[in-house]
Formats: sequence, C-alpha cells, structure tokens
Amino acid sequence: MNTTKHNPAGTPRPAAERAADTPPAALDIRGLRMRLPRTARPVLDGVDLTVGAGETVALVGESGSGKTLTSRTVLRLLPGGATTEGTVHVAGDDVLTMNARELRRLRTRTAAMIFQDPRAAINPLRRIDDFLTESVRLNKIMTPAAANARAVELLEAVGLTADALRRHPGELSGGMLQRVMIAAALMGDPALLLADEPTTALDVTTQAEVVALLGDLRARFGTGLLFVTHDLGLAAAISDRVYVMYAGRIAETGPAASVFARPRHPYTKALLDSTPDLDAPRGRLAAIDGQPPDLRRELTGCPFAPRCAHADEVCTVEAPRRTPAPGEPAHTAGCHHSDRLEGTRGDA
Amino acid sequence: MPDPLLEVRGLCRTFGDVRAVDDVSFTLPDGGSLGIVGESGSGKTTTARIIVGLDRADAGHVRVRGQDRTAQPRGRTERLARARQIQMVFQDPYLSLDPRTGVEAVLRETLKLHKPGTDPAPRIRELLDQVGLGTRAADALPRELSGGQRQRVAIARALAVEPTILVLDEAVAALDVSVQAQILNLLADIREQTRIGYLFITHDLGVVRCVTDDVIVMRRGRVVESGRTADVLALPNHAYTRLLMASVPRPGWNPHAIGTARRALQATEPTT
Amino acid sequence: MSTTLTRRPGLARLRAAGHSPLYAVSAGFVGLVVTVALLAPWIAPYGPNTVELGGALGAPSGDHLLGVDAAGRDTLSRLVVGARTSLLGPLGVVVLSTIAGGAVGVIAGWRGGWTDSVLSRTTELTLAFPGLLLAILFTSVYGEGLLAPVVALSIAYVPYVARLARSLVLAERERPYVAAYRVQGHSGTDICLRHVVPNIAPVVLAQCTVNFGYALIDLAGLSFLGLGVPALTPDWGRMVFDGKSAIQSGYPLSAIVPCLVIVLTVVAFNVVGERWADEVAGRNR
Repeated sequence: MNTTKHNPAGTPRPAAERAADTPPAALDIRGLRMRLPRTARPVLDGVDLTVGAGETVALVGESGSGKTLTSRTVLRLLPGGATTEGTVHVAGDDVLTMNARELRRLRTRTAAMIFQDPRAAINPLRRIDDFLTESVRLNKIMTPAAANARAVELLEAVGLTADALRRHPGELSGGMLQRVMIAAALMGDPALLLADEPTTALDVTTQAEVVALLGDLRARFGTGLLFVTHDLGLAAAISDRVYVMYAGRIAETGPAASVFARPRHPYTKALLDSTPDLDAPRGRLAAIDGQPPDLRRELTGCPFAPRCAHADEVCTVEAPRRTPAPGEPAHTAGCHHSDRLEGTRGDA
Repeated sequence: MPDPLLEVRGLCRTFGDVRAVDDVSFTLPDGGSLGIVGESGSGKTTTARIIVGLDRADAGHVRVRGQDRTAQPRGRTERLARARQIQMVFQDPYLSLDPRTGVEAVLRETLKLHKPGTDPAPRIRELLDQVGLGTRAADALPRELSGGQRQRVAIARALAVEPTILVLDEAVAALDVSVQAQILNLLADIREQTRIGYLFITHDLGVVRCVTDDVIVMRRGRVVESGRTADVLALPNHAYTRLLMASVPRPGWNPHAIGTARRALQATEPTT
Repeated sequence: MSTTLTRRPGLARLRAAGHSPLYAVSAGFVGLVVTVALLAPWIAPYGPNTVELGGALGAPSGDHLLGVDAAGRDTLSRLVVGARTSLLGPLGVVVLSTIAGGAVGVIAGWRGGWTDSVLSRTTELTLAFPGLLLAILFTSVYGEGLLAPVVALSIAYVPYVARLARSLVLAERERPYVAAYRVQGHSGTDICLRHVVPNIAPVVLAQCTVNFGYALIDLAGLSFLGLGVPALTPDWGRMVFDGKSAIQSGYPLSAIVPCLVIVLTVVAFNVVGERWADEVAGRNR
C-alpha cells in the first residue's frame, strides 16, 4: 500500500503511516451555517457531513442547493461578506478558525480540490511540470528534485507518461487535463480530496476512466474523497455514502445503496423519479413542479414542502428533524413523513 | 411515396484536415423524433448546424419534404421560408437569448418578421401558455429568469415561427435534473399537440431513450449505428454503441473495463 | 454560487458613494463643472473680457475671488465663461469620433473578410499620426477657430474607438443568440443593428467618457500653444497661455488656477468613466 519509498525531511508522511495512528476523519463538518448579505435565509443551514479516511462520499444536489458552497468552505474559499457558524474539521483541525499560515498548510498539504473545468483551472501559458510542482516548490514542502520525482510518479499513476511534463495545457485533451489536475491535487499527499463535478465537462467514456482512476488512487493513497455532483447515477455507482442537499440543508444521508433503493425523503425520491434512466420503464418522467425556494424569502418549516406531494400542516410550520430508517441507523432523512414513501426505486 | 419530412444524404464537411462530418445520411419521418447521439468530436453539432443553415456542407444534400435546402438562401423570401421549415433550440440557456430583450419583445419580433400585419398579442399569450410560462414572465429580462424558464422562452421563440422540424442541440444538457424532466415532458406534450418533427442532438443516452423513436450514433463524423431507439439501446450492434451504454454509471458498473474497451476499439479503427 | 440579492435600484448611487469616496467626489465635480458651463452667463460676476487695468495681477479679494490676470480681467469670470468653450470642444471630439469610429469598428467586425482588412489597415495608418500634430497641421491650414482642431482630433481618436468596437462585435458575434436570430430568419444587418450594437454600446460609451478627458487635455494643450481658439475667447488652455507673462512677473495665480481646473476635470471624468465601464462590464453576467 505504501508507495513512497523513503521519507527525507520535508516530504509528507505517507498516508498509510498516518492511518496507523488512527487519525481523525478526513472531513468532519458540524452545524455549518452560512449567511450571505442581503438574503433572507442562510445559504447553508445546519450542514453535518463526515468523510472517513479512505472513504468516498457523494454530495448530491441541484443548483442552489449549496453543495458547491459546502465544498468550497472546506478550503475556506468563502464568498464575499459571508458569515459562518459551526465547525469544519479537516484531519482534526478546524478550518474556520485557522490563521493564514495554517490555512496555507491546509490548502497545500492536507486538502486539495479538483474543479469542474480543467481548462479554466490551469494556466495555459505554463508547462505541465511547472503546474504540477509549483505549489510544493513555492511552499517549500519538497526540494525541486523531489517535487519532479513525485510529479513523474503521480503522472504515471494517473495513466499519463512522463513526456506530458514538457507539454502545454493546450496540447492535451480535456480528459488528459483532468488527470493532470488529479495528479496536481495529490502532489501534497492530502488526506482529503474534494472533487466538484470533476467529470461533468467530460465525455461519458472519459468520465468512466477518470472515475476508475479516482477509485484506484483512493485505494493506493488512502485519501478521503468528497465527490460533489448533480448526477444521481454517478453518485450511486461510485460512493460509499451519499448526502442529498436541498435549499442549504441535508435532506437525506446514508449508505448509497440504501438511499437510492429506499429513499426516505420525498425530494430524493422525486429526483430519482425524474432522472431519465436506461433501465426504468419508458414514458413521461415524473417531474417535480415548481422551483427551489428563493433566497430572498424567509423559510419556515420544511424547505421542500411547497413542492412535496406528501406535505401537510406540520411541514409548513415545523422544520423536520433527522430520523433514521427502521433498522438502519446510518440512513437518516429530515422528513416528517418518511414512512409515507411507499415502494422502492428498484435497482436505482 | 411521399417525401419524408427531412432527408439527409451523404453529408460531408471538412475543416482543414479533419473530417467533421463524413458521409452522414438519415431520414426523419413526419411527426417523428430522431436522436443523434455522440461524444465530443463526433460531428453531431456540425451536422445540426448544417441542417439548420448556420454552416454549409461540402457535399451531400438536405431536403425538407423534397425541397432542397443545401445551398445558401437567396433573398429575404427564401430566407424566411427556410426559417419556417426548421427551427433550433440551443444548449446554453444563458446566452441563446439577447440579454437586453424581454420575453414578450422576443416573441413579438419573431411574429412581426413572419406574420407582419397580424396582431401578435393573442399569439404571444398562446405561446407562453403552451410552454408553461405565466404572464409575469412576459415582462422579464433573461437575467431575471432561471435556466429552465429561459429554455422555455427559447422553445416558444422557435415555435412562434411554426416550423415543421425542431432541432434541439443538447437543449437540456445544461439544466438541473428536475428542470430537465419538466422540459422533456413539455417537449413531449408539444409534439403530441403539433406533430412537429424533432431532431434531438445529445450525448445522454437516458434522454434519448425517453424522448426519441429512432436514433443514430455518430463517432468521428460517421454514423456507426442507426435504428429504432428501443432496439439499438436493448441490443447494440456496434462496439462503440456498446461502449457508450457501458459508460453510463449505474450500480454494478465497471469503469475499469471501459478504458480497456475503448483502447480495444481504437485499435480496430483506421487512424484518420 | 449565484445568490439573488435584494436591491432597490434608486439607491444605487448613494451606495456607490458609500463604497468609494473618490467616485462620489469625481461625480460631484463633473456635475459642478457641467452646471457651471451651462449657467455661465448668469453666474459670472464680471464679463470675461472686462478690463480693469488698474487692478492687474491683483490678489484674491472680495471683488475678485480668484484674483485678476495680467490684462486686468477677473480670473473667476474667465474660468466660468471659459468652461463652455473648454467643454464644448472635447464634446465635439467625442461625439464625432464615437460615431465615426463606432461605425467603422462595427462594420469591420461584423462583415469580416476584405472589408475588415481594408478598414482595419486604414485605421491603423491613422494611429500612426499623433493627434496633436494632426491638429496643428489642420490649424495651420485652416486658421484659428475651434472647428479645425476638433475635426483633427476626432480623426485621431477614431482608431481607438474603432478598435474597441470591432473587438466587441467580434466577441458578440459568436454568442448563441446571434446564431439563434439567424436561424429565425432575420437578416444580418437587422441582427447587427438591433441586437449587437445595443449590446456593445454601453461599453463603448463608457470608454468615450474617458476619451473626453483626453480630448480636453489635447485641446487645452493646443490653446496653450497659441493655436486653437482665437485670442479673446476665454478658454482654460488659452488662460494658461495668457498667464505666461503673469508667471514671469511672479504672480502665477491666473495661470495656475486654470491648470488646476483642467487637471481636476480630466481626472474626474476619467474616474467616472472608468467606474461606468466597470459597472457595465460587470452587469452583463
């Protein structure tokens, strides 16, 4: 499992060695609340989320759900004027209370993000080897020689050859660039990888390869992975656990198989029903009427109530608390009427 | 035998060295719905642009009910007549509407162009109704609308011309899943009401399955498979179609096999 | 990460003032200068050419708030009346160059091909001539007066506006809505005039506000050289020219004050123009 051969001063401790000390979870968010100026309700409203070491967790939601905001908060990339409450622990340290030095350490060594569009995230004028080694060199994490060696090692791990080092981003395809991004994210040997829709801009065949790659790298380096996506099928196929977000809150969470086979929140079920699927019966999709709640309006009770087929009086007045599924304590949903959701989704 | 609604035969388009569209042929029957499936570089978007008139073909022809429309239109009347044959809804809901023009103004423009002299107001209300937009949306500017609402406006604008064929170029790809479902249902409704023919360009096999009767699969400018959607998706013939089906994520999915399959496929193809 | 915000449009200006005192002051100054120019004949305490030889080069006093120049004329009155000429010239330059440059840039960008090549090369040739030299040339040929330098400077400014307009049109042309209108059956000219031009206009106009400042400096410079406006017309640049002898006599106020006013006006216009350009650029998100 341990692939780095030796540990001269300055190189990060290999993940397996860290794991032996039973480290804290890769990511532990508790009660995260974020308010933006001139909005009537918080954009993030009590988010609790954990990613264990070496685990793949999917964060699923549509636009406006807060999933991208959540992932960016982990690196403390907050929008202007945002105020936050709660704690965000990455490998044991609270991101929201770090000073500048600790924050830099977090962003270069402990956690790394892979963005949606690799072309927008990589400077087109610099060479690939420059891009890969820049962060670790400038932050004196490794000597330039060690950085280059690691860059070669990681490029090979992502399925590219060392001659990609001398190329410019314009010479590589989207899929190859995304692999370079993944290699760059792994340079500092992070405990946590954040992937924000990393495959949305890629072809479906390339997506499969990138996903396979992420799985392999996880197994090899032991990093935790938070995979943000709007693609339910993808989330179901790759993650161990899933969080479904709606209007800044976690609507439902649990083991992927369980959440998709037996959803306990009407939003999850509605989302599953409205996804065109190759295996489900053909015909019209069961679309969800209406739109997500406006940020300019206050919210009482359940945010999904106006669009929910099972909503009643209590839903508009009282915000639902998280209740576990019978027999599955890890699978919880914030709904007053989870038991009304009859039937399963089949193979999801 | 009457002419089919849309007939494309031997379409070719080269950009420099690259054959973006290489001998593409297909037919769209009256009131039918044809999906064109492919990944980036397959040539599906170029094909759509040629059909609609935004690009010209190097060879081949495009016929609507027997009328050839491959050459550039000469003059205003021909230009308008072409517009009335085929209309298009674009992928990006944010940029396919003029940011300074309100919803009602957009529809009025189109109606003034194609039906001068008639009062546009009742038809505008009718169109907004048909695409599920309320009167409040009528005064709005594009930036005040959501992605789904903007696509509805784009559909209304296309329908205002009363075309016989509607080309949808990845029209739902940029939308959230729940909004996508609403728009797909809307499109199904419209097809039932108006018997318009659809040409659905997409990379999403799930969407194709939901909304099309027939499908063609394109790869590197060529059509590698065609047939009834249900048949092609149930029993794909070509290795590439099988690869596409296998790439769709679902539980029990094996992403590792896809890389191997893709390389195997590339090995069997001539390098051009 | 787009959050909808509540804003009341009417209070936008006040909010802007809060964020940036420089902008507030500049906008206020621009307003002041324009108002003064408009109301000049009614607010100037004396006529601009009323001479009081006895009090020449007088210091600021109750009668003459900014003193008296070498020829015995009240500086403040000359400043106030001179505002008209000093602002009219640059206005002419901006209007002419925007219309001509805008047209050239839009046609070049929209049509492309040969039209673009010819128009672009021609405008680049014009760029090679420094505006001030062209103005001096025109003035020496056509004599004194405001028209010759205004026309000359307009020609010199055309390439800048044309370049901007052309690049904006080139970008706008690629937007899907332009393709959508073509598919709808609108003619190219129609789309260009009714959709593309209104979309690029705010950016071009914001740039022209900045050009106003440059034109002001150029014209004032011309007057300072003794070319441009005739001797008796009060004009800020001319006042600096007339004030040369005052400086030599050791009473520089009548030369410094117009200088200061020119600088402040140009800076104010630049700040306002750039802020406007930033807002326009940010608005179309």
